[in-house]
Amino acid sequence: MDRRNSIKSIILGSVAGGLAVHGCKPEAEAKAEDTQTLEGYSYQYGRTPKEKERITELEAEQFFNEHELATIAVLSDLILPPNDKFGSATEAGVQDFIEFMAKDIPEMQITLRGGLMWLDHRSNSQFGTEFKSASEDRQMQLLDTIAYPDILVAETERTLEIQFFSLMRNLVVTGYYTSKIGIKDLGYKGNTPNVWDGVPKDVLEQHGVAYEKEWLAKCIDQSKRGVIAEWDENGKLLT
Amino acid sequence: MQIKESSTLYDVIIVGSGAGGGMSTKILADSGLKVAVVEAGPFFDPKDPELMTQLKWPWESPRRGAGTVRPFGDFDSAYGGWDIAGEPYTNKGDSNFRWFRSRMLGGRTNHWGRISLRFGPRDFKRKNEDGLGDNWPIGYGDVKPYYDKVDKLIGVFGTNEGLPNDPDGFFLPPPKPRLHELFYIRGARKSNIPVYPSRLSILTKMINEDRGICFYCAQCSRACMVYADFSSETCLIFPAQKNGGQIDLFLNAMVREVTTNEEGKATGVSYINKEDRKEYKLKGKVVVLAASACSSARILLNSKSAQHPNGLGNSSDIVGKYLHDSTGASRAAFIPDLMNRKVSYNEDGVGGMHIYSPWWGDNKKLDFPRGYHIEVWGGMGMPNYGFGFNPNEFNKFFGTKVGGYGNGLKDDVKKYYGAVLGFGGRGESIAMKDNYCEIDPTKVDEFGIPVLRFNYKWSDHERKQVRHMQDTFEELVHNMGGEALGEKPTKEQDYGMSPPGWIIHEVGTTRMGKNPKTSVVNEFQQLHDTDNVFIVDAGPFVSQADKNPTWTILALSWRTSDYIIEQLKQQNI
Repeated sequence: MDRRNSIKSIILGSVAGGLAVHGCKPEAEAKAEDTQTLEGYSYQYGRTPKEKERITELEAEQFFNEHELATIAVLSDLILPPNDKFGSATEAGVQDFIEFMAKDIPEMQITLRGGLMWLDHRSNSQFGTEFKSASEDRQMQLLDTIAYPDILVAETERTLEIQFFSLMRNLVVTGYYTSKIGIKDLGYKGNTPNVWDGVPKDVLEQHGVAYEKEWLAKCIDQSKRGVIAEWDENGKLLT
Repeated sequence: MQIKESSTLYDVIIVGSGAGGGMSTKILADSGLKVAVVEAGPFFDPKDPELMTQLKWPWESPRRGAGTVRPFGDFDSAYGGWDIAGEPYTNKGDSNFRWFRSRMLGGRTNHWGRISLRFGPRDFKRKNEDGLGDNWPIGYGDVKPYYDKVDKLIGVFGTNEGLPNDPDGFFLPPPKPRLHELFYIRGARKSNIPVYPSRLSILTKMINEDRGICFYCAQCSRACMVYADFSSETCLIFPAQKNGGQIDLFLNAMVREVTTNEEGKATGVSYINKEDRKEYKLKGKVVVLAASACSSARILLNSKSAQHPNGLGNSSDIVGKYLHDSTGASRAAFIPDLMNRKVSYNEDGVGGMHIYSPWWGDNKKLDFPRGYHIEVWGGMGMPNYGFGFNPNEFNKFFGTKVGGYGNGLKDDVKKYYGAVLGFGGRGESIAMKDNYCEIDPTKVDEFGIPVLRFNYKWSDHERKQVRHMQDTFEELVHNMGGEALGEKPTKEQDYGMSPPGWIIHEVGTTRMGKNPKTSVVNEFQQLHDTDNVFIVDAGPFVSQADKNPTWTILALSWRTSDYIIEQLKQQNI
């Protein structure tokens, strides 16, 4: 099999199916139960029935109120604003992600909610307006006081507002880079069928390393990956 | 409640569908025997689009892959974890054993690391070297033919290096190292630590028409839709069914006990059907336990009868004893020379490391027994929940400001992407009688089955070994010009040693031996007390080596299955 055909076959998966005999129920019946539609459930990534229920439950709840969500949106775009090539954090949907995570990991709730209150309180006392309505200059003036932790102080010893900002920044950055836009921005090239054949030469040179001949001689010759393996009696590969 | 009894008499009932159970199913069904496989979880086939997590993007999960529900992340394929609702276990005193279970067809083989190391000749006879623990009643020569057959049937990449205790085999060629792995090779050599291509059961090359070839997505933990890595159902159970085997698969069926007759022989098993929560019985001439070391011990201990008042196979009082897991420790490092990487290429590779360091030390010059191997991770992986946390923390190594916000953060994320490398040490602990699981008489699971209570403590043997791992990791980081992350774990922190059970290599609870007073099964994994019950998971391991147990489970399960076929033919059982 040549390389193109072999890649085609791995993607199409020319594989014999698992003939499942179900001891308790016919397989079709058992499967129909697993896959019955759950109202409002739209994901497709191999969840068990219980896991689907959990997601549906979490999504039916609303944790942050409208004002909090609007503040999160403003804050998210200050943390990761758009540039000439890619959209902002909110365009990547981080506010929905943060709403979900606050319910999925409830331990974060007080830090997040309390931190948002801190922002408004500070903004009200200093500028006479809520954080989300303050001018960008003023917003940044406030953030500058909490965005640069003293790294010699352990994370849990830092003041709440500093912990809050670090948590919010973590959620915004991870939310962005796990979104469609963020992965494109990062330039990650994987998660797709591929034939790995080593680090490109220019990359090796950039980082000052090289492959050894002896090592490469042991490695797979990718032009033969589709040829069925056969060995001699000592384990020497013949194909 | 009336127990429903099936009228079918099976030749063999196999409890559990992981590595050991899958191999028994394949060998016994291929030989024409009528087999029942009883699995506590649901059906699973990684190529079913409804069940698939492979090649999904992080945004397809609302939690972006976070480990809130599945402990190894939302896309990991294991249905289960260290804690399962309705299926508790307990610990005695300050023991902290953690028990990972995966309830699904194929069990834990769906998400495991595919590290497939044979035990070497010395691994079967360690007592000869250090006087600790016990020797196996069998040696490498007994298992070698089966390792050879497993290599050819299932497929494993690696290289024949002629090493004394890391035997050669029938390998597929390994993939080329990734960039961070080239750094590791260079760093390890400075300390004379050997590095070789790793040995993983992933098909870099075709081995038959039924299974696909690896397409390098690095996602073996999600189970492979083209069956290019080893999972029990894709490589053993489905092929046995396709081969016309008489296999009845009982799913969501939680085995309670092995039933016995007046002569004390096994007659079958009783199980709870999780769907209707009722108890059923199956009849079989032979029972093969493959439920995992601790689950099989639990089933034996719960199988009490007039003939077996202390539990089945437990006249020796050894069932549950000698429980041991691998030692484990880890460290990560920032490698400045890996900064500012080009993202011009797909670096995923196989699901796991392309290179590793087998144990190299000479224990005569060290203050601890046995050894460990080093696993390596790193590279430009797919972002998941947690990616970009503390995005510019490494600025501290350059004296620049940590923290902030705005477009500069994106530059920092890209600058450091792929510049972290990590090590895991996996070592051999000493099997000790005082480390055990037993039945907790005060608790049952939601199926009414008495649960396990663990009692497990590490000794100084393991602590000193893990201290050596941590020293080695620091030396390696230094050799690579890197900065180790976090503080080095102290003596008070047990040098960062994982709690027992954490490495998920628990073995030894039904150990093998010649003497029925000090062991549970004989060298063919047959109960000393009851000759028609066999154990083919890692329970019979006398000692665990610093090798991951799966390849040895597979080889021994095949060997035992051949023995069962022979014994049935001769009408001995």
